[in-house]
Amino acid sequence: MAVIGVSLQNDQHPANVIFRKNLLRYPVKVFPVNPQGGVLQGETVFKQISAIPEKIDLAVIAARADQVPGILSQCIEAGVGGAVIISGGFSEVGRHDLQEQLVFLAKKDDFPFIGPNCLGIYAPAIVDTFFLPIERMIRPDQGNVAVVSQSGGILVDVMLKFKEEGIGLSLGVSIGNKALIREIDLLRHLENDPATKVIAFYVEGFAEGEGRDFVLAAKACTKPVIMIKSGKSPGGSRAVSSHTASLAGDYEVFSQVMAQMGVVEAKNELELISFCEALSCYQTPIDGNIAIVTCSGGHGAITVDVCAAQGLQVPSLASREQELLRDGISDSIKNIASLGNPIDLTGSGVDEDFIAVASRLVAMPEIDCVLMLLLPYTPGITSDLGARLSSIFQKAGKALIAYVPHVEKYEMMIEGFELNGVPVAHSIEAAVLMAAALKRCKPC
Amino acid sequence: MLKNEIREILNASKSKGWVMEPDAKNILRLSGIDVPCFTLAASFAEASRFVREHGFPVAAKVVSPNIMHKSDVGGVAVGIDQDDLLLATFERFSRMDGFAGMLVEEMVSGLEMMAGAKVDRQFGPVVLFGMGGTGVELYKDTAIRMAPLAEKDVISMSNCLKAHPLLEGYRGAKPVNRVELTRTFLAFSDLVMDIHEFIESIDLNPLFCSPERCIVGDARIVLKGK
Repeated sequence: MAVIGVSLQNDQHPANVIFRKNLLRYPVKVFPVNPQGGVLQGETVFKQISAIPEKIDLAVIAARADQVPGILSQCIEAGVGGAVIISGGFSEVGRHDLQEQLVFLAKKDDFPFIGPNCLGIYAPAIVDTFFLPIERMIRPDQGNVAVVSQSGGILVDVMLKFKEEGIGLSLGVSIGNKALIREIDLLRHLENDPATKVIAFYVEGFAEGEGRDFVLAAKACTKPVIMIKSGKSPGGSRAVSSHTASLAGDYEVFSQVMAQMGVVEAKNELELISFCEALSCYQTPIDGNIAIVTCSGGHGAITVDVCAAQGLQVPSLASREQELLRDGISDSIKNIASLGNPIDLTGSGVDEDFIAVASRLVAMPEIDCVLMLLLPYTPGITSDLGARLSSIFQKAGKALIAYVPHVEKYEMMIEGFELNGVPVAHSIEAAVLMAAALKRCKPC
Repeated sequence: MLKNEIREILNASKSKGWVMEPDAKNILRLSGIDVPCFTLAASFAEASRFVREHGFPVAAKVVSPNIMHKSDVGGVAVGIDQDDLLLATFERFSRMDGFAGMLVEEMVSGLEMMAGAKVDRQFGPVVLFGMGGTGVELYKDTAIRMAPLAEKDVISMSNCLKAHPLLEGYRGAKPVNRVELTRTFLAFSDLVMDIHEFIESIDLNPLFCSPERCIVGDARIVLKGK
């Protein structure tokens, strides 16, 4: 990798930050480039890209906008694989001409580049072109969710939330002005990326007709696609001549077409993170018949309400099935537990009761997802329950979603779930959203 | 395939920016969508001839290149059941801005739904299904799908409406004809795909849906600006 535009005077220059973090923290071989030459961090600074004695796969360009077309040409000539153009000063400030020049040069020689005006790519433990000092970033672990964002700032925030929620990232891409490589190109690339199982997008808008091509590609994509859009409110009061034009505003069309084509639309950040977490664990769609298991009647009741609002069913269990569950639980709760769904094992329930109920629920065909609301303050529940429950569901191939309220205090239980591929929510709403994601938020 | 007759109507309407109701209904009829039996009467004599052939009651609407929203100016009269009322309506309409005739048509009934189409900037042609009538923009009970529609899209659109129970036969009423509803929307979707380069949006409102058929009460096609 080459970083073009490093400064010999200013160590806070974006190019220097990128060079330094890759030199010290990532397994890539990185070369600094500046026309003045010299030495940086003990490494030789090359005067131009063609002077580097090795084949360069990726050039990161962080020079002044007016210099970028020239640098891009040199990269193409030197046989570089592709580029990330960090520099701003193009279409976003009205310099469409300069941006078009980049696209012209790249298309002429079939040379891929991301940007300009972007953070570029973040692949955990592989490479990182973000010009943010590494100690300032909250870095998610390697995983199977790819995030493509028109906004670099949003991407950095999503990565922070991923870390907090234990969601692994396969690749983060900030596409900035998306002059050449756009959402649809990355969708196609990520569909073929074996490390990626879920593809999430933050989009501000598509160009004319581009939305149509994108949703058709997303519909054909074998991996779940998640979308969050900003700019939902109509821009100003446009005069509209027909009812349809007024009713089918830009966002209404966007949202309903996404649902029609099986793209999971997140309406806000909580939905985005919950959907990413759930779909990173389970890619097989469910019909949305939920069993709720809890040790608090109130939690069960609230969860039923939230499920109904999300279009999920909580089917009552027949008396035969309730008897099956009753057979498995401790004598001490046989007469106080509610087993109709929601299933309330009461504050006297112990690990073995949850295990017994779980192993019977996974065998019931009318249930395709179980929400386990665990309140570890009840004395009979231990931290081992996370891993033990996970293994039952894993073997049965059924979806389990856990709710555990306090992250720090019950960390071991949470890890027991997450390290075994079960998503954990920290609010009832988030737990239900995870189940809704598995239903792929179908239109009706 | 875009029929030549449809192309000719669209080209002839270009200068007005929209297609007036009689022409719009001819386009729909050519596309296999049911419209009421109607005539465009330039004189009262022509209006009465229609009534002699088809009988009362009839609906009458003003036709004028200057009046796109007829109800807003009192340009719609329904349930006309005698000659003097027909004459009074004709005289009233003939004084309206840009009067180009009176559309006289058989009265139709059913659940007031609406079908619409729009060429969206990002997604191209889309089709809308919703509760119809004059309050559509208040209730906003609509479902939108990218065209061309498949049969399952039509079913999903109906299921998505709050008014869905009305279509199924609410409180003892007979359900609307599903086969006709689906046929109408698939024909409409085909039309939209054929003419999307000409249009900005289409309103078929109301679209009367009954146990027997789906039939367009009023139609407006807004053409693409220059």
